[in-house]
Amino acid sequence: MKVKMLSRNPDNYVRETKLDLQRVPRNYDPTLHPFEVPREYVRALNATKLERVFAKPFLGSLDGHRDGVNCLAKHPKSLATVLSGACDGEVRIWNLTKRKCIRTIQAHEGFVRGICTRFCGTSFFTVGDDKTVKQWKMDGPGYGEEEEPLHTILGKTVYTGIDHHWKEAVFATCGQQVDIWDEQRTSPVCSMTWGFDSISSVKFNPIETFLLGSCASDRNIVLYDMRQATPLKKVILDMRTNTICWNPMEAFIFTAANEDYNLYTFDMRALDTPVMVHMDHVSAVLDVDYSPTGKEFVSASFDKSVRIFPVDKSRSREVYHTKRMQHVICVKWTSDSKYIMCGSDEMNIRLWKANASEKLGVLTSREKAAKDYNQKLKEKFQHHPHIKGIACHCHLPKSIYSQIQEQRIMKEARRRKEVNRLKHSKPGSVSVVSEKKKHIVAVVK
Amino acid sequence: METAPKPGRDVPPKKNRLQAKKKKPRRYWEEETTLTAAGASPGPPGNKKRNRELRPQRPKNANIAKKSRISRKRQLPKKPRERRNLEPQRSVSGAQDPFPGPAPVPVEVARKFRRIDKSKKLPHSKSKTRSRLEVAEAEEEEISIKAARSELLLAEEPGFLEGEDGEDTAKIRQADIVEAVDIASAAKHFDLNLRQFGPYRLNYSPTGRHLAFGGRRGHVATLDWVTKRLMCEINVMEAVRDIRFLHSEALLAVAQNRWLHIYDNQGIELHCIRRCDRVTRLEFLPFHFLLATASETGFLTYLDVSVGKIMAALNARAGRLDVMTKNPYNAVIHLGHSNGTVSLWSPAMKEPLAKILCHRGGVRAVAVDSTGTYMATSGLDHQLKIFDLRGTFQPLGARTLPQGAGHLAFSQRGLLAAGMGDVVNIWAGQGKASPPSLEQPYLTHRLSGHVHGLHFCPFEDVLGVGHNGGITSMLVPGAAEPNFDGLESNPYRSQKQRQEWEVKALLEKVPAELICLDPRALAEVDVISLEQEKKERIERLGYDPEAKAPFQPKPKQKGRSSTASLVKRKRKVMDEEHRDKVRQSLEQQPQKQEKKAKPLRARPSALDRFVR
Repeated sequence: MKVKMLSRNPDNYVRETKLDLQRVPRNYDPTLHPFEVPREYVRALNATKLERVFAKPFLGSLDGHRDGVNCLAKHPKSLATVLSGACDGEVRIWNLTKRKCIRTIQAHEGFVRGICTRFCGTSFFTVGDDKTVKQWKMDGPGYGEEEEPLHTILGKTVYTGIDHHWKEAVFATCGQQVDIWDEQRTSPVCSMTWGFDSISSVKFNPIETFLLGSCASDRNIVLYDMRQATPLKKVILDMRTNTICWNPMEAFIFTAANEDYNLYTFDMRALDTPVMVHMDHVSAVLDVDYSPTGKEFVSASFDKSVRIFPVDKSRSREVYHTKRMQHVICVKWTSDSKYIMCGSDEMNIRLWKANASEKLGVLTSREKAAKDYNQKLKEKFQHHPHIKGIACHCHLPKSIYSQIQEQRIMKEARRRKEVNRLKHSKPGSVSVVSEKKKHIVAVVK
Repeated sequence: METAPKPGRDVPPKKNRLQAKKKKPRRYWEEETTLTAAGASPGPPGNKKRNRELRPQRPKNANIAKKSRISRKRQLPKKPRERRNLEPQRSVSGAQDPFPGPAPVPVEVARKFRRIDKSKKLPHSKSKTRSRLEVAEAEEEEISIKAARSELLLAEEPGFLEGEDGEDTAKIRQADIVEAVDIASAAKHFDLNLRQFGPYRLNYSPTGRHLAFGGRRGHVATLDWVTKRLMCEINVMEAVRDIRFLHSEALLAVAQNRWLHIYDNQGIELHCIRRCDRVTRLEFLPFHFLLATASETGFLTYLDVSVGKIMAALNARAGRLDVMTKNPYNAVIHLGHSNGTVSLWSPAMKEPLAKILCHRGGVRAVAVDSTGTYMATSGLDHQLKIFDLRGTFQPLGARTLPQGAGHLAFSQRGLLAAGMGDVVNIWAGQGKASPPSLEQPYLTHRLSGHVHGLHFCPFEDVLGVGHNGGITSMLVPGAAEPNFDGLESNPYRSQKQRQEWEVKALLEKVPAELICLDPRALAEVDVISLEQEKKERIERLGYDPEAKAPFQPKPKQKGRSSTASLVKRKRKVMDEEHRDKVRQSLEQQPQKQEKKAKPLRARPSALDRFVR
């Protein structure tokens, strides 16, 4: 007879001293871990609920401006520095860690229309309603010195926007036309027009640095190549585009914030159909900015809210609002992709977390592991109706909520009419136009 | 088993020659040795022994050899890639890794951990979804291999009992086993003589550390059976029908004559649940925190012990219920009835999930193994049957027992114990995942009284038997899973660990509605509602947004886009599509015919299940 009984030595399974960690032997045999899927589901459900519970995105507001904040700019080298221009011509530089204003400049008479930093971070440019472009040093004036711009350029017309080249000493302004300036000269190197309407914003492409995009009030978005004397092509939409923003990771993708409450993500190689139409705002979209990862962007709207959209989704994943925040005019996503800043009508700059339920500060390795595990679970079960309902739930202010309902009814009526028309006309005579193509009027080359 | 090729087999024979031919750098301190080396170099190739004698030069040598190997590789770009990986790596000291590459993984072990059925084809879907599915599948594969590799780290081996050539293991008595094993194991065999309080029911706690037993005449006790330390002992002054630990050893449910009572580990009565009256059998579902009770009144009641609410009370409509077991794989409750059927219940459904006709007489006992694959039943017709629970509930084996078994229990490794009168028989299968073969018993044991309760201790090679004369703890080598998981049920856990585990377990309590026959169904795509949604959407929109647009020929170069050619191209595509359709329908036809032919040949009848 040969016999072996299972006989464990307890010394191998309990800790030797009280200072030791407990021993936890593992066996991954599936029969010892029954109900794997239901348990994971419950964990995912709990994680989703906790995410909603901890969703407290508002970090603080920077107050000090004496008029609405019209434009914001990030510092290219310092995460803690941010610049803002107000409607009374004042420019302030803020320190985000202290949440304090570190410098105030009375830069222009009337609005500060645009502000941008030089790629090296030593100086910045502002344009204002007083038809001037001014270059300022980033550091404050020394003792006894006066607060004065480095250079001032007097133009003939009002400038409405400015953007700096990402690598060279070149910047572009817009107004009646798009002007490309050399920093050393007082007259534009080149100016380009297409049509006669005023151009509201101009943006350099961060990857293909010679490319520019601009949007004008005659409802078009025009693309330029700096090396050519003439614009490349333009697309005409239903309504006016307020700003565009290039995707920092994909050179040919840009997103346009439109007056018709939508945002359009375009591939510049095929402008006739937008890649995605992002709809959720209930009023004109005023500003848009990409996260440095290029996966998401944030939009500011006249409906007093800020929304975050994934690039490949048509619906927003998050909406930020407060009782006191009025029409949001400008928005920026910080370079560490963790925070969002928005400047609004009621003179405040607000700081938000980009990920509403994220825990700030240093995480221990166990916290990090738990976070990653929960993230994966949420992803795995995201389409289950119960979990989806919790994850998508967000509280909205009454004004936005009622407007959403109203617009839903309007849209439904329009759709019903279209269906009826389709039903009662000769087959083939009425074609269905997709949502993507509906808003594009024409593409001109 | 896949194994890595032997090291050294792949080393090209030319290497030695190259090594030998290379001139070694001369050092001032090794004049003599260099001389011998110089003497060796023009000699015949492959003189490895001598090279090895030159200790201080070896590392340098190895280096040169490596360099030459790399240069050779550049000259021979066609060499397969895997080969290079399998070449023995040399460390700085010049030692070779005798087992290069990752550890080999037995295919069968990896299959055990596989969650995705690779034989199923991926559904036809958009390229984005498809690529995501493919990535998920690859990840799954990798995870299963990693998990299989981690089996190497398991510390304990399962027990076994083998007879010397031709010896029948069933003839081996408990006393022989006790004599042969070590002291610690021998102490696990004991008898409690409790003749006074009648036949006993017993239950081990989920970790296998604690034992609770209750006698017909009201005696209830719990003890740490490993150290034999008594935790509590009370007399409830009422008949005890069944006894069961709840999620931990601190709580104990006792089915008494009238009502269901819950005691703590000091014997203090915490609850008396009057909604569960005349309970005959208890089962606890640890992941759902549900206590299932079967009563004389014919109701199956689910009590949520975490909130103290009755989740469901199901009328089985089959008279008195006194045969019940749980399926540990999917938490379905199996009830045995007096008409020979076994019905499967979940709290979410008012009707049984399935009914299986098992015996000609009434069902006396039911047991389900830990993988949820096999169900053993015994009936009044003296038959012991094993059913496959995976699909069709077909019987796999049957055996007529002289007395018929009144109690059945499966162990963690698939051993089946049956109590017949005062005898306990245990049958074993070939491996862990195979059904027990009923030909020859693995062990038998005769007790001092009639068996009244059987329970295998988890994680120990022990079978607890409650009988008229008290409690017997039998040794059954090879019954239990040798390696426990410390995060699930740890027999050696401290109080702190238990508390932490309890909180976690409560947080991830699975809702009772999720109990169904296939616990993995939650992770599968709900095709039915998906199609329903699609249909509704088409109805709402008035057209199919995902419909394929009719082919529109693209305008070509100047002169090639005449109307005739456009029509021709269009025609071509249309014809191709038509041909595809015809081909598909032709392929489907023989299958349809087969399907049609079958029912003609043999009509299904209700009696088919009895055909052997």
